[in-house]
Amino acid sequence: MLLVCALRDPASVASLDARGWTALLAIARAEQLIGTLAHRLDGVMMPAAAARILADARASAVEQRRAALWEAEAARRALADVNAPIVLLKGAAFVAAELTAGKGRSIGDLDILVPRAAIEAVEHALLAAGWEWVKPDPYDDAYYRRWMHELPPLIHRERDRMIDVHHTILPLTARITPDAGAMIADSVALGNGLRVLSPEDMICHAAAHLFADGDLAGGLRNLWDIHCLIEEFGTASLATRAHHHGLWPAVSHAARQAHALYRTPIPESWRTQEGLDWLFRRRLLARDGWGRPTRALTRFGFYARSHWLRMPPAMLVRHLWTKWSKGYRPV
Amino acid sequence: MAERFYRAAAAESLRIVPLDDFTVIFHRPSGLTHLVTAPAPQILAALSEEPLTRSALMARLGETFELGDASTEALDARLAELVATGLVEAA
Amino acid sequence: MRHVFHVRIGPVGFRIGSDWRGPVAELERLYAGYPQPADGIPDFTVRLFAARPWRRWLRPAVTLGGDFVLPDAAPLPLAQGLLAAEMAMNLQMALGQRRYLLLHASAVERDGRAVLMTGLSGAGKSTLAALLAARGWRLMGDEFALIDPATGLVHAFPRLVSLKNAAIGAVGAALPRARFGPLLAGTPKGDIRHLVPDAEAVARMDRPAAPALILFPRFGFDAAERGLGPSEVFVRLTQASTNYVALGERGFAAMTRLVGKVPARAIDYPDAESGIAQVETLWNAL
Repeated sequence: MLLVCALRDPASVASLDARGWTALLAIARAEQLIGTLAHRLDGVMMPAAAARILADARASAVEQRRAALWEAEAARRALADVNAPIVLLKGAAFVAAELTAGKGRSIGDLDILVPRAAIEAVEHALLAAGWEWVKPDPYDDAYYRRWMHELPPLIHRERDRMIDVHHTILPLTARITPDAGAMIADSVALGNGLRVLSPEDMICHAAAHLFADGDLAGGLRNLWDIHCLIEEFGTASLATRAHHHGLWPAVSHAARQAHALYRTPIPESWRTQEGLDWLFRRRLLARDGWGRPTRALTRFGFYARSHWLRMPPAMLVRHLWTKWSKGYRPV
Repeated sequence: MAERFYRAAAAESLRIVPLDDFTVIFHRPSGLTHLVTAPAPQILAALSEEPLTRSALMARLGETFELGDASTEALDARLAELVATGLVEAA
Repeated sequence: MRHVFHVRIGPVGFRIGSDWRGPVAELERLYAGYPQPADGIPDFTVRLFAARPWRRWLRPAVTLGGDFVLPDAAPLPLAQGLLAAEMAMNLQMALGQRRYLLLHASAVERDGRAVLMTGLSGAGKSTLAALLAARGWRLMGDEFALIDPATGLVHAFPRLVSLKNAAIGAVGAALPRARFGPLLAGTPKGDIRHLVPDAEAVARMDRPAAPALILFPRFGFDAAERGLGPSEVFVRLTQASTNYVALGERGFAAMTRLVGKVPARAIDYPDAESGIAQVETLWNAL
């Protein structure tokens, strides 16, 4: 809660002692939110040591933004002759479109969305331009190509940065099937040859990614993205769009959690309390003052659940069995 | 068919520091540092004055260097490298 | 975490939590006299923990954790807990340091100016630094030299000096009154023993110095010396820096300024005495 309070209410850090600051910084790092925190606390009175650490975090975020935008540009150049729209996703999209969600954000790999029909052409163009496969397990590769919503990961030979090419936003085996075609059709041009999702679709994607796809690891950051997007764009046509994608449960749940944690402005009628909301919140806040994940049973419950969402039970058993017999263990 | 024009990336996007036979260049958009040697710094200097076609660039470089037959291939290769890194842009 | 240790080393504060008392007790003993983190807020958190509950007691193995970690890192036996702590602190610096440009170098200071000695493991930078410290130089550090991009000055980071194998005896003989950590035998890098920086090194850790000479030493070769041009130094130093790329333009500015202004020499030396002599000769010729 320490991190959530600081993000929601920057002035509240005035009451922190050295121990509190130490814990806050460790948690923020563990949740990949230290750049965001640094941005939110810019100008707030604090001990000099904390100010230095947060200044470093701001400088780091600037470099990450630079690297992310260059990767996007490199992808654009490589795919210039592929006749298909290239839509940036997640962190790279937020910084490219200069949204509040991008301020101080940590950005990892480049994620792009392309039409399924173009996926082979995109794959060939990237391989020709210096990207190569991150040597996957042949079992994983076959699984990936058949069922996942993206190509197996590619990494650039010289720059050592990864790119994830998606053709829809959830695995093909998942129970929910968002309308990828509509997302691409309604994407917004940035003016440099790249595109981003419409604001409603960005929120739908973040919510899908948070609840329907993952095991909630990184959930606080995802929810902060959603909070920023809703604050910046409002919720006017969000419900309609979410229903269209079959993502209303995920979006409404995300909005409720964002409101509960970050006081995101959402319509009164959305501010309900549903049965398992507390359990999700427990999972989101499962970190101690040392940055360690806590509440192991809750976490394992969510790990199993995330796989359950991605594939039918019979496949899940076979998949987990193959993984376990190869010595893979969830963290 | 008209020849392509090449030009150096905008001056404010590059920090160029000659050290000795080698020059280091910081490319601001990518955050990457490049270590280059002749003729790359000379190519960049020529292309930052004005956009040039490949042949015009050859002529310009010929004023400083002795260019032989293999030079066209070498120039193409150096240009391609510079374009790939973003230090030079092809119009 | 059951046991906690706080320390400031130069401009960097650490918090180290441990599932066992042993490593923390050793850190308290060896870093006695060092200050606390500024404002009580450490820059980095390190955790020494048992990956499975039974690993706390049954063939206890220390897994390294903290703000920055390497996945799949193998744990160390508890007997090498001190080494684990030092490695984990190195990892925080290598992966997380963003204020200072890190050079993989030892540094010693005299009259406000510093010699930076950089090279591969085994090249002798720690040993040379320790022996020079015995001859009136102030030890600034043996693993990382911290360059402030704004000023170009090198800041001291005097951690325990890590001595390996034959160097342990040599330094022990040269510094009879120095304090040492326990002998750690059979580590992945052979025998290791840590030398505690002397009182002067600790007392002066907040005084930066101007880099005046960069050396690339190589131990175990006939005495030789050659100058290096700035571009060669640039390449070698950036390859050995873990955070040059992450620092972006500040790193570029700091590095070009350093290699442009500070002379560099590669020295080969057959034994410590010869190495020391070469360093002092080059210094006096500046």
